[in-house]
This record gives sequence, C-alpha cells and structure tokens, in this order.
Amino acid sequence: MIEATRVSWRYGENPVIDGVSVTARPGRVLGLIGPNGSGKTTLLRLLYGALRSPTGQVVVDGDGLSTLSAREAARRLAVVIQETGGETALTVAEMVLLGRGPHLSAFQRTSRADHEIAARCLARVGAAHLGARPFARLSGGERQRVLIARALAQQATHLLLDEPTNHLDIRYQHEILHLVRTLDTCSIVVLHDLNLAARYCDDLVLLGGGGVVAAGPAGEVLDPAVLEPVYGIGIRRLDLDGAIHLLFQPTDHDTATERSAAA
Amino acid sequence: MPATTLLDDQHDPLGVAARRRRTEGWLVVLTVTLIVTGISAVGAGAIGIPPLTVARIIGHHLVGLPGEVSWSPPQDAIVWQVRLPRVLLGMLVGAGLAVCGVALQAMVRNVLADPYLLGVNSGASSGAAAAILFGAGAGFGQYALSASAFLGAFGASLLVFLIARSGGRVTAIRLLLSGVAVGYALYATTSFLIFASKSAEGSRSVMFWLLGSLGLARWDALLAVTAVVLVGAAGYLTITGRRLDVLAIGDETAQTLGVAPDRFRIRLLVVVSLSVGVLVSAAGSIGFVGLVVPHLARRLVGAPHVRVVPVAALLGAILLVWADVIARVLLAPQEIPIGIITSLLGAPFLLILIRRLHATAA
Repeated sequence: MIEATRVSWRYGENPVIDGVSVTARPGRVLGLIGPNGSGKTTLLRLLYGALRSPTGQVVVDGDGLSTLSAREAARRLAVVIQETGGETALTVAEMVLLGRGPHLSAFQRTSRADHEIAARCLARVGAAHLGARPFARLSGGERQRVLIARALAQQATHLLLDEPTNHLDIRYQHEILHLVRTLDTCSIVVLHDLNLAARYCDDLVLLGGGGVVAAGPAGEVLDPAVLEPVYGIGIRRLDLDGAIHLLFQPTDHDTATERSAAA
Repeated sequence: MPATTLLDDQHDPLGVAARRRRTEGWLVVLTVTLIVTGISAVGAGAIGIPPLTVARIIGHHLVGLPGEVSWSPPQDAIVWQVRLPRVLLGMLVGAGLAVCGVALQAMVRNVLADPYLLGVNSGASSGAAAAILFGAGAGFGQYALSASAFLGAFGASLLVFLIARSGGRVTAIRLLLSGVAVGYALYATTSFLIFASKSAEGSRSVMFWLLGSLGLARWDALLAVTAVVLVGAAGYLTITGRRLDVLAIGDETAQTLGVAPDRFRIRLLVVVSLSVGVLVSAAGSIGFVGLVVPHLARRLVGAPHVRVVPVAALLGAILLVWADVIARVLLAPQEIPIGIITSLLGAPFLLILIRRLHATAA
C-alpha cells in the first residue's frame, strides 16, 4: 500500500503538483490520468522517490519512503520508466537479471534461482525468444516488454509504470495491462488512453490544474461531466456488456477559438 | 525430448551459460598470455636473455629454486633489479588504466571517456613539473617527483569534485564538464611552468615524463603502494560490477534498481582518483590504454562489468608491457616515451572502433 499525503513539486515557479494526496491499495490497479502537463509522471516520480516532495510524505507499507535505503525501496517498488538506456551493450537476459540486484548482496552472484525467475518473467511478457539479443537492437515495443520483465523480476510488492503502453501495438497494450491486472501486487499506472484506463484500472485519479480533479472507482471518475471540462473535448460514454467505452467528439473549431479567446 | 537437453534447459533457463563459459575461457587464455608476456618482456632488451633463464632467475629469487646457479651475475642483476620491477610496474599501470577507463565510461555514460578525463593527470603533471623544474617536494627525498605528482593529482580531483558538486548533485554531465575545465586549466599551468623555467634539461625531462615512462620502476615503496592501490581498485570495481551496469544505464534506472547514483558516483570518484593519481605518479601519463582497452574487453565478453573489469585488467597489463618492450627495443639503446607507442597503436584502433560503432547504430 502506498499512501501519499499532500505531496507537491514545482518546476521553477510553476507548481505542477500542489498538495496532492493519493492512496494505492494492495491487489488493486490505480490509474493516473489527466491531460498533457497535468503532472501524471511527476506524481509517479514523487511516489517512487525520484523526486522528494518538500511537503507532506509518501508512506510505503507503513514506512516513510525517505527512511528506506535505495535497496530496500527497490525491493518494495518496481518501476518501469521511459529512460530505457538504449545505448547499453547488455543482452536482454542480462538486462532482466539486473532486476534481481536488489535481492543480492554485493558479493553474491546471480544464482540458478535468479536465472529461473528472470526467464519466467521474460516468458510472461512474451519475450522468452529475445534473451540472447542485444537490448539496444530491439524495437521500442520489445524494449518496453523487456523493461516490464525486469520490473517483474524484482518481485516487489508494488509495480509502478509510466505509460507502459507507449510504443506497443494494440495487442501488446492489452496483454501488458492484462498482465498487470492479474498480478497480486499493488499497481500504479500512468495512462494516456482513457479506454485502457476504463478496462484495466480499479481506481482512477484524474489530475488537472496542479491537483486532483476526481478520484475513486474507475466507473465514477470516467463520467463525461467530469472529464469534458478537464480534457476540453466532447465525450460520450457507452456501457456495453458491463464494460465502459468512451467515444470522443472534438468540439467544433468555433467553440475552440471562443474558448482560447476567453482564456 | 532427449534427457540431456532437458537438463541443460533447467541449468540455464536464460541461455547465459555459454557467455559465462566464454568469459572463463578468456580469463584463462589472458592469464597465460600475461605470464608468457612477462617472461618474454623481461628477456627482451639490449642484452637478450632466454626465457628459460629468466624463469629460473625469478624462481631462484622467489622460492630458492633451482638451487644450482647456471647464469652470470650481470644476467641476474638485469633480470631481478632492472627489468622485472619495470615489467611488473607496466602490468600494474596497464591494468589500472584499463579498469579506471571502464569505471569512468560507466560513470559519465560516455564511450570516449578515459581515466584522464577528470583532470587527474593534468594535476599530476603540474606537480611533476613543479618538482623537476623548481624542486618542489624535495622533503620527500627520492620520492620527491612521485609525491609532488600525487599531490597535484589529489588537488585536481578535489577541485573537480567540488565544482561538480556545487549544484548539489554530482551528475554525469557535471562531472564531465568540470573534469575537462580543470584539466585545461592545469594543462596551462604545466605549460607555463615549462615556459618559465630556465633549464632546458629540466624542460626535456618534464616532456619525457608527460609522455610516460616506466623507467622509474625499482623494488621500492612506490611499487608496493601502486600494487596495493591498483589491485584494490580492480577488486572493488569487479565486486561492484552489477552497480556499474545499472549506473551505466541511467541515474533514474539505477535508483529504481536499488543503487543510489550520487553516492555510488562519489565512491567511484574516490577510487578512480586515487588509482590514477598513484599510477600517473609512478609512470607519467600514458594515453589511449584507458580509452581503448575497455572497448576491446567488451567485444570479447560483452557488457556486464563483473566480466569486463577483470578481462580489461589483463588486456591492459599485456598491452602496456608489449608497448614498453617496443619503446625499449625500437631505437635501442635510446628509449622512446611509451606514451608515443600507445598513442600510435591506439589511434587507428579507435578509428576502427568508431566505424564499427556507426555500423551497429545504423
């Protein structure tokens, strides 16, 4: 469980995240959604400690994140970020094995058990055949899957993903999020695609204007009346066979001009 | 499915065993090569001595074998007093430059980084120039030159570190830029010292020192200190291999995989500065070894630093000893500064490397 209370971050003079509180519960998938620049990634970075909030605190399973050593934090939080290390000469297998690092002491070499875990994680993202390939020569989608396998190999109690469906084709977008959903970890996912958020997240936090616009079960947050003013686009919601589908209708040009003139 | 395949699959679910075996193979080959290199290099020179005699003389001094002495006293003196310490120093310096190059390339995430990037050698050069030209460090007696060079190196690394840290965090790019800046400033200082000095002979020996030489090698405290520091550094870098791997990917990745990047970078900086300071004090600045050998090692055994560091150490040792043999033999009895040899050999190699780099990127 991750509980963040009143965390904030500013780039220069502009507060991106201003006194935001979120809670991610065990066994559930929390989605962070919001338009560009609403601070989704910044909030995620505050949650895994890449940024240290000057206000409030982040508590992971009862301990303040700032009190944990880097190794202990990495045993609790596995993170998939956009920094890929595309120039590395490591092979895919070696890359995934790095996920075992937080569990090994300085003098320990990776054991057979570590190799088995890494191989299993590669298989789970459908990348078992890539093991011997150089990581740097993979396509964007293959890299993303390998980085997710590395995060799985960390066997942490929490999984945090920043736009994990970037670079993935439609099939792997669904496969990866389905995988996240079937894990019994506490997961937090930054997502652009609201329909993916609708299908795979239990809870959602909608960010906008530096703060939380709405938070709660996905079905409640994905309300056109809530979303439309934040995204500035017409939205219709269909509930088909118990699943939510959102359809988007760009507001016509005149309204857009009016709006920008008013702003 | 045959039983053997099943067993192999269980043993090696990731398919990394082949690479591991290959690394072990290379370690054996390179260790044997290093021993052969050492014995041949001790035998080579103005007065050639057969390898078997070399081995017997070394064996006699080390363990008292063989009991019967079948060689002349001058041969004994050449092997034991002159050439062996020189070859050992060559091995240590070559290995040290190579592993420091590996560490720096990971630290600043730049394949063109070399151990001199942090301005350490420029600091050492200024110190050495001050000692040769103006008698600095005379209080250290026979170690005046080395001590003065080491103090210069230490001052330079401290300066680089303080500048790099002035923004609060020691990032890769900040380290790179402050190293280059301090390096240029100290290079200017050294040039000014040479310019300001009246002694032509002194200037010549500073130049010689700047280009590197193993000529100072003796059985003395300096050799012992160099050995302890460089073996320690190679050991530390091998043990922290996994952390070097994640640091080389990126700071944020390192952090999410349990390595605090800033703290680790500072520790590396201490280890590398100390090592480079010691080896520059002992042998001057010898270019290209620290830049080229890490790439060679990665080509042989792949990227993980647990393998790259020991392989680079052996390769660096072998290469530097051969470069020194060429430096001694080519224009014998005159000796060519070893830095000229390593640069002549290293530059074309680097060009080949860059071509390959482009080929793989495209």
